[in-house]
Amino acid sequence: MRRRGEKILFYVCVVALWQVVYTLRVWPPYLFPSPLSVVESLQAGLADGSIPTAIGVSMRRIAIGYAVSVLFGILLGLLIATSHFLESTVGSLVLSLQSLPSICWLPFAVLWFGLSESAIIFVVLMGSLLSVTINTESGVRNVPKIYLLAGRNLGARGISLFWSVLLPASLPHLVSGLKQGWAFAWRSLIAGEMIFVSLGLGHLLMMGRDLNDMSQVLAVMTLVMLLGYLVDRIVFVNVERQMRARWGFTTAT
Amino acid sequence: MIGDTLLDTASQRAGRVNPELHQQVKLQVEKVSRVFRTPNNGSLKALEDISLEIGQGEFLCIVGPSGCGKSTLLNLMAGLDQPTSGEIRLDGQRVGGPGADLSVIFQELGLFPWLTVLQNVEFGLKMRGAGRRQRREQAREYLRLVHLSGFEHSYIHQLSGGMKQRVALARSLVLQPDVLFMDEPFAALDAQTRDLMHEELERIWKQTGQTIAFVTHNVREAIRLGDRVVLLTFRPGRVKSVFPVDLPRPRHLEDPELALRAGAVLAQLKEEINKAFEEEYGRATQR
Repeated sequence: MRRRGEKILFYVCVVALWQVVYTLRVWPPYLFPSPLSVVESLQAGLADGSIPTAIGVSMRRIAIGYAVSVLFGILLGLLIATSHFLESTVGSLVLSLQSLPSICWLPFAVLWFGLSESAIIFVVLMGSLLSVTINTESGVRNVPKIYLLAGRNLGARGISLFWSVLLPASLPHLVSGLKQGWAFAWRSLIAGEMIFVSLGLGHLLMMGRDLNDMSQVLAVMTLVMLLGYLVDRIVFVNVERQMRARWGFTTAT
Repeated sequence: MIGDTLLDTASQRAGRVNPELHQQVKLQVEKVSRVFRTPNNGSLKALEDISLEIGQGEFLCIVGPSGCGKSTLLNLMAGLDQPTSGEIRLDGQRVGGPGADLSVIFQELGLFPWLTVLQNVEFGLKMRGAGRRQRREQAREYLRLVHLSGFEHSYIHQLSGGMKQRVALARSLVLQPDVLFMDEPFAALDAQTRDLMHEELERIWKQTGQTIAFVTHNVREAIRLGDRVVLLTFRPGRVKSVFPVDLPRPRHLEDPELALRAGAVLAQLKEEINKAFEEEYGRATQR
């Protein structure tokens, strides 16, 4: 309760400070709009349907791109973790690809897929794929040997050892990979949409720039932050909390 | 007299079971040696020519100085490792590999933190393909046996050290293994909890008739629990002596008779520890 109060107070202060700077006219209003005009811009966008449409389009893209990246990322991570050959070959490639900002894949994707949904979904996919892969791999690699020993001793073999011991034992790493992957996917999506003319939140942001409408720019930026934060809060924080309730803070006993 | 019970006869030295106490031989270790390759292309003889028998329903304890290959022997008996020479037989059949009929409780218990206590105990049954209802019923029964009925839905991190031990016991016992191997399971427990676990293990062993092979470096613990205590020599591990323990049960650590027996084992163990010390010391001064 107290922490929530602190939080609210903090945001009230931020908005108040914003209002004060606006009132003092440090910068002209077309560069530095008031909090109220940003709220009005949000309201207008909601009323004319442009914001809901943009959110819908963006969410659909990220849902598809992220889902595919999770599927392939986990598979690839498992393969790399279980084969020395793949580790020294594909593993090193994955690590070097990780340093490539995923927006670099946009020209590639546009040439391959044309100006289509597939191109932007591909960029989203590449944004999170490697995080998921790397975390899955290190998760599997760091499973304490004692779990595998105990699992085998209790009769788990092959597939059942994998499903019932290896996978659940690497879950903490896996979840942090999924979380990181989500953050990367979200950034890649917005960046992609800004460059790539289409519907979606990134496009709405660029439209604000084209119309010289700073209120709209700020409104969409706030929205992007808010949505990213909400998904993190609602999905990942809950998953992590549940995991902590089960695992405690220990890793092996 | 103590001397009579510690008679070091040839058959005892060979680790044979006492036919008066245990009619059936469960596990046979015959002339087993284990040699490990060392990184610089040398070889290390961990075990040499070990012969042992464990009777059906017997509680056998194995003690020795650290580095004598106690754990190596246990791993071999449990089928987790293969001997360089010699043979290990379960009910007359050669042990080929690990299986749920040879269950091991390691010092780090390896309980699964993502499962509840009940699910942990059910795990082995599930791997055997037992039905959900049967699994649940049997797991509950064994949780009752180890006095953990109220904790079915707890997670592992919520339990105390002693409770974790009981979960590990239930998880292995529910499979009704031919032999249960325990590798220094109580080494990390505090003294009171360990006393309690000795009582519990003794009671459960009596109740189930489970054959148990128990490795420890604690001589008193071995005398407290075992029907026989096997003492291994320092590297390479050989059977130095076998001590039958015919003290009445339930036993108590403070029992002077028990302390006397432990003293006899300790005297021999001391020789081995000295040997170990001299070898390590010698190696250190050579450098």
